[in-house]
Amino acid sequence: MRAADLLHPRPEGLYCPPGDFFIDPVRPVGRALITHGHSDHARSGHRSVLATQQTLDIMGLRYGEDFAGTTQAARLGETIALNGVSVSFHPAGHVLGSAQISVEHQGTRIVASGDYKRQRDATCVPFEPIRCDVFITEATFGLPVFRHPPDTGEIARLLKSAAQFPERSHLVGAYALGKAQRVMRLLRDTGYDKPLYIHGALARLSEYYQSQGIDLGILEPATVEDGKDDFTGAIVVGPPSAFADRWARRFPDPISCFASGWMRIRQRAKQGGVELPLIISDHADWDELTATIKETGAEEIWVTHGREEALVRWCELESIAARPLHLVGYEDEGD
Amino acid sequence: MNRFAELLDRLVLTPSRNGKLTLLVDYFRTVEDPDRGLALAAITGDLTIAAVKPAMLRMLVTERMDPVLFGYSYDYVGDLAETVSLVWPQTPGKIPNREPTLGEVVAKLQAVSRSDGPKVLAGLLDSAGISARFAIIKLVTGGLRIGVSARLAKQALADFGKVDVAEIEELWHGLSPPYMALFAWLEGKAEKPRNTAMALFRPVMLSNPVGDGDLEKLDPADYAAEWKWDGIRVQAVAEGGIHRLYSRTGDDVSGAFPDLADAMHFSATLDGELLVGDPREATGTFSDLQQRLNRKTVTPKMQQQYPAFMRCYDLLQLGDEDLRALPFRERRGRLEALMKALDPSRFDLSPFVDFADWQALENLRRAPPHPIIEGVMLKRWDSPYVAGRPKGPWFKWKRDPHTVDAVLMYAQRGHGKRSSFYSDYTFGVWSGAAGEEELVPVGKAYFGFTDEELKQIDKYVRDNTVERFGPVRSVRADRDNGLVLEVAFEGLNRSTRHKSGVAMRFPRISRLRWDKPANEADRIETLQALLDR
Repeated sequence: MRAADLLHPRPEGLYCPPGDFFIDPVRPVGRALITHGHSDHARSGHRSVLATQQTLDIMGLRYGEDFAGTTQAARLGETIALNGVSVSFHPAGHVLGSAQISVEHQGTRIVASGDYKRQRDATCVPFEPIRCDVFITEATFGLPVFRHPPDTGEIARLLKSAAQFPERSHLVGAYALGKAQRVMRLLRDTGYDKPLYIHGALARLSEYYQSQGIDLGILEPATVEDGKDDFTGAIVVGPPSAFADRWARRFPDPISCFASGWMRIRQRAKQGGVELPLIISDHADWDELTATIKETGAEEIWVTHGREEALVRWCELESIAARPLHLVGYEDEGD
Repeated sequence: MNRFAELLDRLVLTPSRNGKLTLLVDYFRTVEDPDRGLALAAITGDLTIAAVKPAMLRMLVTERMDPVLFGYSYDYVGDLAETVSLVWPQTPGKIPNREPTLGEVVAKLQAVSRSDGPKVLAGLLDSAGISARFAIIKLVTGGLRIGVSARLAKQALADFGKVDVAEIEELWHGLSPPYMALFAWLEGKAEKPRNTAMALFRPVMLSNPVGDGDLEKLDPADYAAEWKWDGIRVQAVAEGGIHRLYSRTGDDVSGAFPDLADAMHFSATLDGELLVGDPREATGTFSDLQQRLNRKTVTPKMQQQYPAFMRCYDLLQLGDEDLRALPFRERRGRLEALMKALDPSRFDLSPFVDFADWQALENLRRAPPHPIIEGVMLKRWDSPYVAGRPKGPWFKWKRDPHTVDAVLMYAQRGHGKRSSFYSDYTFGVWSGAAGEEELVPVGKAYFGFTDEELKQIDKYVRDNTVERFGPVRSVRADRDNGLVLEVAFEGLNRSTRHKSGVAMRFPRISRLRWDKPANEADRIETLQALLDR
């Protein structure tokens, strides 16, 4: 079977005609397979949703229990038949519950990776390369300039700054699902055992992570209501948008930090008023992208959201067929 | 190298002065010789390394990777040094056990011949990680641009050794990288280095502004008054045939003013104001002076059109004699005697302003006789010359600032304590014919308001945002809507960089005019009239 007949883009998202399902559709559809819980991939209002149990739980936390008509949990590695198409979920290493989706029919296998990374991350199951004919890769950091350093070194810089400026507070901007919990877990792994203060937007997801056996230590709300208003020396974690907001005024002379792969580019940090950029990403960097493409053994690569052109060019140089897959509705910037 | 690279990265993103000082002091404390001294020299601009041209860098990198991929990368990042540091391919076999130190890198770069330059640079880049590569490239392309002045670096040294910054400034020009004797002294491990170099800088004496009620307590008879010239403060030191012009922070600016430096035929240290023109005929305006500022080299034509001269007001040293402990009256007498021997086209004496009482002086201050005068100076007749800004002996009493009513156009988020406030304001005035008026930006200000007013403006900005670009918001501002700000400023320069053609000096918000309709704000012609005066 031709790969393009097995999966191709439609305005709603990536569609599989023989199986009659969509992967990560951006509009409500009959049957949706969801790779992970970030809101541009996991939307509410589908008639039925197939995803890992953790992704289903996260969708429930975000949208309420009635986020879909029916739900079905996919176990990692287990094959499910949908109208004769074999579907299986495999770990993507992106955030808790994230999975690649393998779609196989009449001898052709396509793996849609969703978002993924290869760096070790104690808050989710590591990525597993799956042999396939066509590999659909993200390209958020698809330029040779993006090289993520080891996350432990970045956390060490945060702790060094906290020691250098004990009279100030450190505000770490990190996306509410995945990045925030990873940063907290990395801090705990260094032995940092003071309470971490979190913005309200992180509370339920962090609690869910803890319930899944990921120890984040003592988390306290960064609120002033309980009479607690001294955040001197504290490390506070919250969504990046909150730090530009009036919410941030309760902190003494804060140092704004942002945990993101974008922080590799100085100008990005400068424009955002970030004083301490932490290059911690939940997406594959250039070296991880190119290494993964080789590992899958795929003869053809479809490149989606991000900087498609550089990765397509690299594939050309490596004599691997590649083309951009123009899917709409995904954030190119989220990390 | 990594510690230096990390320091650069942190300094460039740290806006607060205190934050920068902490980072520098910590670096001096934790890094050993000679690396810390070399880092200091790199920051103060005293490190000499053979330069590498950007084209060479680009060639080195495209020999090592696909030019198309490099092109995509450079387009995205926008900065050549940063792009190269990121995309430089790591050859697995070439990664050494440890990265080179700053000392090793500088030694290699200083020893290299012109023809071997590219090869040695490539070898260094092979041996370093991303941050270290960036720092190496910054060193060889010149200009760290990290927002740290030599003055701030010296302040950090003073904080590190718990000494007065004046002591560092006085020593500075006799020292050279990697400053091991200096660090040893600051750490209490050795005596203060003795200065044997010629024509050294003497830390300058500064004045305090006249505050409310200050004058009532003072007797006019104790003070001399002079005009306050709006030039640049310089110190002219000639000793043993060496001529040096220093800025007030001790930077050597002789290179920018060779016409004046060449005319220093005396053996003395003079304190005064650098201006342009011919003192016997006419003193140039600030716009004229600007033609001579911030230039590395200066053409003969420029020197002829805008000759530099020095209006002298103090004498610190004459021959071997240090006069600083003498009272001002006596120093002034010696200065007047010396002036007779100097080239009258390059040196003149700052005249006294006669006054009977403070009210008479106040009248003179408000209406000075020349546009480059920005007020009066008061100096106690009996004051010795003391480094720093002692309260009492010297006062500056500036003329009142100009003000203009402008409309808030853009607001940018601040840093540190102000990171959640829109605290930097771009404002404009009206231009264009009646019925077609539009606002043209004339300046930017980020202080002058109270904390309470900041909250009010911040709320106004959030409630009236039209567009957002990163940390900047454009604010509703048209004939019917807009916040009028009264902006105070010290002067106006012509500017080819700004659309409005003017650039304000020292602008700040002096009042919020919530009461004033936007269409009653000032017009650009009001400012232009000020320029032509």
